[in-house]
Amino acid sequence: MTRITELPDAGFVLPGNRACAGCGIGIGLRQITAALDGQMVLINPASCLTVLGGMFPIASVRVPWIDVAFPSTAASASGVAAGLRAMGRAGEMTVLAMAGDGGTADIGIQALSGAAERNDDLIYLCYDNEAYMNTGTQRSGSTPSGARTTTTWTGKKENPKDVPAIMEAHRIPYVASTSAAFPDDVFDKVSKARGIHGLRYIHMNTPCPSGWGFDPKDTVALGKLAVDAGLVVLYEVEAGEFRLTGRSKTLAKTGRRATVADYVATQSRFRGMDAQTIAAVQAWADERWERFVARDAGECG
Amino acid sequence: MTGNEAAATAAKLARVQVVAAYPITPQSPVVESLSAWVESGELPAEFVAVESEHSAMSVCIGASTVGARAFTATSSNGLAYMTEQVWWASGARLPIVMCVANRALAAPWNVLNDQQDSMSVRDSGWVQLYCRNNQEILDTSVQAFRMAEQLNVPVMVCYDGFLLSHTVMPVDVPSVEQADAFLPPRPKPLQVVDPADPRNVGPVVMADPRRDGDGVMQPGYMEFKAMHHRALLDALEAVPAADAEYAAVVGRSWGGLTWEHLLDDAEVVLVAAGSVGVQLTLVAERLREEGVKAGVLGVRCYRPFPAAALAAKLAGRKLAIVFDKALSYGYEGPICTDLRAALCAEENAPAVFGVVCGLGGRDTSPGDLADSVRRAIADAHAGARTRATEWLGLRLEGGAL
Repeated sequence: MTRITELPDAGFVLPGNRACAGCGIGIGLRQITAALDGQMVLINPASCLTVLGGMFPIASVRVPWIDVAFPSTAASASGVAAGLRAMGRAGEMTVLAMAGDGGTADIGIQALSGAAERNDDLIYLCYDNEAYMNTGTQRSGSTPSGARTTTTWTGKKENPKDVPAIMEAHRIPYVASTSAAFPDDVFDKVSKARGIHGLRYIHMNTPCPSGWGFDPKDTVALGKLAVDAGLVVLYEVEAGEFRLTGRSKTLAKTGRRATVADYVATQSRFRGMDAQTIAAVQAWADERWERFVARDAGECG
Repeated sequence: MTGNEAAATAAKLARVQVVAAYPITPQSPVVESLSAWVESGELPAEFVAVESEHSAMSVCIGASTVGARAFTATSSNGLAYMTEQVWWASGARLPIVMCVANRALAAPWNVLNDQQDSMSVRDSGWVQLYCRNNQEILDTSVQAFRMAEQLNVPVMVCYDGFLLSHTVMPVDVPSVEQADAFLPPRPKPLQVVDPADPRNVGPVVMADPRRDGDGVMQPGYMEFKAMHHRALLDALEAVPAADAEYAAVVGRSWGGLTWEHLLDDAEVVLVAAGSVGVQLTLVAERLREEGVKAGVLGVRCYRPFPAAALAAKLAGRKLAIVFDKALSYGYEGPICTDLRAALCAEENAPAVFGVVCGLGGRDTSPGDLADSVRRAIADAHAGARTRATEWLGLRLEGGAL
């Protein structure tokens, strides 16, 4: 495992981009581009990442980048991979599709499932800021229960989709869950994915100050708290082998998890969330967490 | 061979590098043939078996962006489903070629022929070519790559579902040497995708021009759209040029933008796109036996619309009757509307009557078409300069619309 002090300062993400203050995407993208050493082409649909990337004719990230239609991310990336292979250029760069949670869990899931079933040779990375943040914080299939958005004014009623589990069900060679609050974990997982062929899926939790309602200085602290509460779990499934990684691995040993109540108290999107809903989310998180810990211990598939 | 086999054969002759397609009646045999050739090694290309038409065009977009020659085919609701990406492909200036086996759009379900599917995307910035027979499908599809890559615009080759897609006709297949002589490998794409020279391809573009990092003004959205429009207008020369160059190598020409039959002295001109135009040639011959000076003017290239060429060929005629296999609901057939506009400044313009025919596979027999022409001539003799659109063969209680 790479220590945070050992992470390369690759400089593909330039300062002064158009993302909001405290945006978690930039933290993650630095590690993603560094892990691929810039030898990549990024396929990006309409999303916050598009905004970060800049407006013509000025770009903020020094890697080849192709903007594509919202539902088409995975299929467009499959086309890039097929085109590069057909032209004998497949070895020149890793194809990295990178979309938000709406673009992945909702409108993009059909194309993603198709690409996964074909096991196309690309990395698909979903940065999950848990709502349609670029269009003004509307709920997505990845928004947690209790969160207020501009389409769930009294708090979302449903738990989020488990997209990594959906991807694991496709039996692809690599599935990982990570968090932008742990740059070392992001770097290691993208580095590992780089060396694998076929469809590799990485789900990156990405705190969003404006959409979640917290001070931009607290992005990393909030991302860590989500992991400490077991709401976001750092793990990977490599060729079917499950293992917890980093902080989640430590947490499984110590058993000192933060509570859902601790977590929701830090963000204005959860204001007014009643005790009953918090308890329901806690029960949902507990059940998931225990299953992950059991899987890590080899007690179930 | 069938029209579908002709389309697939053309893609093979063009040495396509990436094929992505999803099955839909009546286009499916195109996909089946190409996948078989890729599997057997007869066609050294990537075949991506996508889960939808939206993804078929998305794969073509991705492949074409990095410089590969990409091909797909679809019909009807498949084309409707991929429409977002049809616009994306042209806006991104990608020289993708797509065959459309024309089929009626649901609802209600109907798998048979009309041209509502491709007509519904006529404004999407693609070159649209309509074929009369299977030989023309093969030749036009090969030509399509040449003009697409010359102009950096995608080209749609349309042919009538079942009437051509599933009908066997003799087709002469050019040799590989002839095809290679006509169609060189794809030139470099407009955009670079290279880690050594990183670019953002297709980012947000503002309404107004903006300065780049060196202070040089770069286009805004309208400038890009104007460049795209200019490229499509350039197709008015590129389409006949590709046809002429193809004729020089292979020895067959299809007339470029338009085609004609018995047009020289014709007073009554029958206008159509696709295979119904071939039926109209029989109608014109029959009417000539009755003493009517009838001829046919076929629209081969519908977008860009060859307005000047059509107006020049129709000046001085008495009557033009447009047979559309599609409709702009609440108005009239699309070719009819476009032709009226093309003629509006012409002093010697003929009267233009519109006929909607063949929707959802309704038979358009030469006898019915001839009767329609006779009715139109009678209306014109009675002094009509325009009239309501005729629905050919409509059997609706309450009579006319």
